[in-house]
This record gives sequence, C-alpha cells and structure tokens, in this order.
Amino acid sequence: MTLTVSNLSVLRASRHLLSGVGFEVSAGQALILRGPNGLGKTTLLRTIAGLQPVYQGHVDMPEDSAVYAAHLDGIKSTLTVRENLEFWASVFGTDSIGAGIATFDMEHLIDRPGGMLSAGQKRRLGLARLMVTGRPIWLLDEPTVSLDTVAVGQFGDMIAGHLDRGGMAVIATHIDLGLGARAETLDLSQFKAAPEQKYNPNEAFL
Amino acid sequence: MSLWEYANPVKFLSFSGKIIPWFAAGAAFFISVGLYWGYFLTPDDYKQGSTVKIIYLHVPAALIAINAWFMMLVTSLIWLIRRHHVSALAAKAAAPIGIVMTLITLITGALWGQPMWGTWWAWDPRLTSFLILFLFYLGYVALWAAIDNPDTAADLTSVLCMVGSVFAVLSRYAVLFWNQGLHQGASLSLDKEKNVADVFYQPLLMSITGFVLLFVALVLIGTRTEIRIRRASALLAR
Amino acid sequence: MNALLLRDMRLAMRAGGGFGLSLAFFLIVVVLVPFGVGPEMGLLSKIAPGILWVGALLACLLSLDRIFALDFEDGTLDLLATAPLPIEAVVSVKSLAHWITTGLPLVLVAPLLGVLLGLQSDAFYWIVLSLLLGTPGLSVIGTFGAALTVGLKRGGLLLSLLVLPLYVPTLIFGAELARRGIAGMDVGTPMSLLLGITFACIALLPFASAAVLKINLR
Repeated sequence: MTLTVSNLSVLRASRHLLSGVGFEVSAGQALILRGPNGLGKTTLLRTIAGLQPVYQGHVDMPEDSAVYAAHLDGIKSTLTVRENLEFWASVFGTDSIGAGIATFDMEHLIDRPGGMLSAGQKRRLGLARLMVTGRPIWLLDEPTVSLDTVAVGQFGDMIAGHLDRGGMAVIATHIDLGLGARAETLDLSQFKAAPEQKYNPNEAFL
Repeated sequence: MSLWEYANPVKFLSFSGKIIPWFAAGAAFFISVGLYWGYFLTPDDYKQGSTVKIIYLHVPAALIAINAWFMMLVTSLIWLIRRHHVSALAAKAAAPIGIVMTLITLITGALWGQPMWGTWWAWDPRLTSFLILFLFYLGYVALWAAIDNPDTAADLTSVLCMVGSVFAVLSRYAVLFWNQGLHQGASLSLDKEKNVADVFYQPLLMSITGFVLLFVALVLIGTRTEIRIRRASALLAR
Repeated sequence: MNALLLRDMRLAMRAGGGFGLSLAFFLIVVVLVPFGVGPEMGLLSKIAPGILWVGALLACLLSLDRIFALDFEDGTLDLLATAPLPIEAVVSVKSLAHWITTGLPLVLVAPLLGVLLGLQSDAFYWIVLSLLLGTPGLSVIGTFGAALTVGLKRGGLLLSLLVLPLYVPTLIFGAELARRGIAGMDVGTPMSLLLGITFACIALLPFASAAVLKINLR
C-alpha cells in the first residue's frame, strides 16, 4: 500500500500556494512535512484527504484509506470515551473499539466523560478515534499542539506503534517526534508556487 | 465572436468601458423623456387625479426589481457551471441595484396608496411580495459581505440565489392565497395599470426602456468595480 | 446513520445541549404577547394560532446554528466528511435530530401555551396537526441556512435573516390550516400545500445543504 502524490498543486482562494508537490510513502513509513506557517501544509493535507478538490496533479492511494485530523480532536465533552469511540466505529463501519482502547491504554477511562480528560488523555482518545476508523493512512495536522514534552514523547511512541502495525502517516509538524528511521522529512518550501502562476490564464485578474 | 470571450476580466473591462456611456446616455434620455411626457403632457386620470402618474416610476422599478433577481439567478448558474468570475461579480453588483429598485417600488407604492386608501401601507399581495423580495435581497447581500474568501462567497451566494428563487416563487403564491383566502374579493391591488389607456402607455414604455438601460449601465459599472477590487486584493496578496 | 442520529440526540439532551432552551423561548414569546397587545381574551384567542406559529418558528430559529457549528468547531465535521456516509445523509439525519429535539417538543407544548392565549380545547387538534406537518419543513430549511453560515463566527443573526424569508410559505399555510380547522372550514388547500412544501423540502433541500457544506469545508 502506497500513497503517491505527483505534481500536485495546492490552492487557496484561487491562489497557488504550492505546485508540483510530489512524494511517495509506503506502509510502515511516516512523512514529516516541514515549512513555515501559511505555506499550505494544512491545505495540502486536506487536499489529500479529499476535503478540498484537486485542481492539478494526482493523489494515488487505495480508496477510502485516509483519515484527516488536526489538533481539534472532535471529542464531545458530554459523551463518555466509550460513546465517543463507538460512534466513530459505527460511522466508519468497523467492528469494535476494543483494539483502540487497549492500544491507547484507555480501559480505566472508558466510562469517563470526554470533558474530564486531561490534554494528553484527549490526544490519546483522538488517536484511538483514528484507529477505530480502521483507515491506515493518517494525515495529521500539527497534532502536538498543547501537549507537554512528556506527552509529545508518548505521542511519538503511539505513532510509531501505528507504523509498526502497517499503517502510514503524513504529519505536518515542527516538532521532532522521535520516529527515527521510520520517518522521512520533506521541506515544502521547495514547492512554493511562484507568484506569476495563475489558475487559468483566461481568468487572469493580474 | 462568442459572448464567452467577455468572461475574461480584461476583455470585459475594455468592452464594458466602451459601451457604458451609450447605455448611460440612453437611460438619461429615455427616463427624462418618459417622466416629463408622463407627468406633464398627459391628462389627469378621471378617477385618481395625478397620483396615478407615479406608475411611471413604480412600474419600471418593479420590473427591474424582479428581473434583477432573475439576472442574478442566471449569472449565478453560469458561475456554478463555468466558473467565470465575471459572472459571479455581475451577480454581486446587481444585488444592490435590485435592493434600491425594490425600495423604490415599495415607497412609490406607498405614495400611490396613501391618497387612494388613506394608509401608507396595505398588505396587498403585490406589495407584500415585494417586501419579501426585499428580504431575499438583503440576505443575499449580507451573505456576500460576511464571507472572506471570494470564491466561497460566490459559491454560497449562488446556491442561496437558486434556493431563494424557488422560495420566492412559492412565496408569491402563498401570499396570494394568504391575502385573498380570508377576505375574498377585498384585494386592494395596484393592478390599475392594466387598464391604462394608450395615452399613458407610451410614456410608460419610454420610462421602462430608460430603467432597463439604467440597470444595464449600473450593473456594468458595478461589475467593473468588483473586478478592480479583486485585482487590487490579488496584487496585495502577492 | 443511526449512530449519528442517536449521538446528536444524546448531545442535545445532555448538559449544555440546549434542549429546553427553545421551549423556554416559546414560552417567553407567548407570555410577552398579551403584555404587548392587552389581556382581552377575545382578541388573543383570535390571533392565538398565528402567535403560536410565529413563536414556534422563532424558537426553532434559535437552535439552528447548533446543527453544524459545534461539529465544525471541533473537527468532527471534517471527519464526517471523509467518512463512508454521503454528506446528504449526514445533513438529513441532522435535520431529523433537530426536529426530534426541538420541533417535536414545540408541537407538543403548543396547545398548553395556547391556553394562555384563550385557545379552546377543540382547537388543540388543529394547532398540533398544523405544527406537526410544518415543523419538519422548518428544520430542513433551517439546516440549509445553518450549512450556509457554518463557518462564520456570530453567524446567528445572518442565519435568521437568510432563513426567515424561506419560512414564509410554511408559516402562511400552517397558520392558515390551523385557523380554518378551528373555524370548521375546509382545510384542503392549506393542508395539501403545507404537506407539499414540507415533503419537497425534505426530499430536495438536503442536496443543496450538502453542496453548501462541502463548499464551507474546503
């Protein structure tokens, strides 16, 4: 299973942010996206996830295999951990939440309302939610926001675990997650679009 | 030479710049002739006196108010299907004109109604429909103003225009039912112009023509402004 | 889809979910009217169907932005958009959840509030029937408005401006149905038109709402 991106253009509001983006990620690997804020990392991830249309270029991956998450974990504070996860399992058509609970160490928290979790626990729940979707490709956008150093270390371990189970991750982050050899880094500044590039020559406003 | 060439903003700007003076001049001519003729050179109506002459403003404004929305619907569809920015901006430019025309319709309707019915307002089906149209216009303009991303705004307002059009037609019939349903035969409609004799009809036609030309001129001017605004922000964003 | 329905209903009912706020608002509107127009029961009972309809409509309006805003803000909507569910289904289910947690309670409470306006007990049936047939349409139309304004902070007022003109036909036929029924007149026209509008909205508007939601998620 591979995710291949070739010659992809990333736009926001008809403006080219990035162009000619290309990379390939295989199972068990992670790709770390680097680049200054506003470069287009979020838009790139959302384009791969299918939330934004592809205007130019290709994204090749098995159908329905990616899932996108930013640092907002989508945890409802009035629902328990179990209710939160069972909802997502049901929506994505997977069987059970047991594996997710076990892997992320949430057994003792299973009936606790989401609002009573610490930041680190919420992040674990967020990842458990991704696992429960059953999709192997995780597209993560600045996932370590609001986590302290210890939690970041734990987060890195959990991603490593996902990779070891055959999953894949594309992560936009400034932090070193300690994934070692599993992760490659890609600096997106090289794909920054030149200002003269236009979406469609006839629609030139310039 | 196809009309679609003018979807290119640069071509549109140059072409519209050339034709606007003609439309503006034509509008000024027809409106002033129509109004002067209508007000001063026609006899007073034997029933309504001179107040009926407000139809020279009321009817054209009403026609434009409705057709402006229809034009917005067409240009919105063109935007959704062919993604021509000029089309979306034309819709955006037409809306404020539609609002003003609707207001003129309502105000002249009230001015007409006061001497006739003794009140400044009546919930007659036509006036009420225009009031609802006014609300639709307001919502459309407000939505454009609320959204930062211009393409998203164009998309959302286009869908709103389409859905709104269906509901506007629906409202027209609902309001007809609402007013005549309870008080059969007591409708105070301003349909008098259907019985307007020839001598009134010709200046009315002049006035209508003038308003149409005015509308075209204003939409072209407004669209040019919108294109320039987009250009300026695109330059700033570099 | 059931999971989404159940979840939305649970969220609405639990703390901070807003359940009951619309009912409270409905009560407030109905209580305020006599203070505004005078306590004379003859007048109040004449305008009761209209007041109940307008009150229910406004109460519905209040809770519309909750349909999508919370899920949009915490990233749930993004995840739902990439799920195997079609967005049209998501939108329809959310409309249904809104109706069950907001519209339906309003329908049930309306006759009781009508008593405050001098409504006779033989009129209860018509109030309930007209609201029952009309409120689903209000939820679906409101969902369209909510989808349009989902990305906006403080979009509540704009949402009201957009949705209220769309509510006019339903209001006209619904209140007319109630009035005619109470007066013993023939209700065929308003009832069939009200049903027609509600069904057409349920069948067709979700497509527009889904398209709009996808645009806003870009």
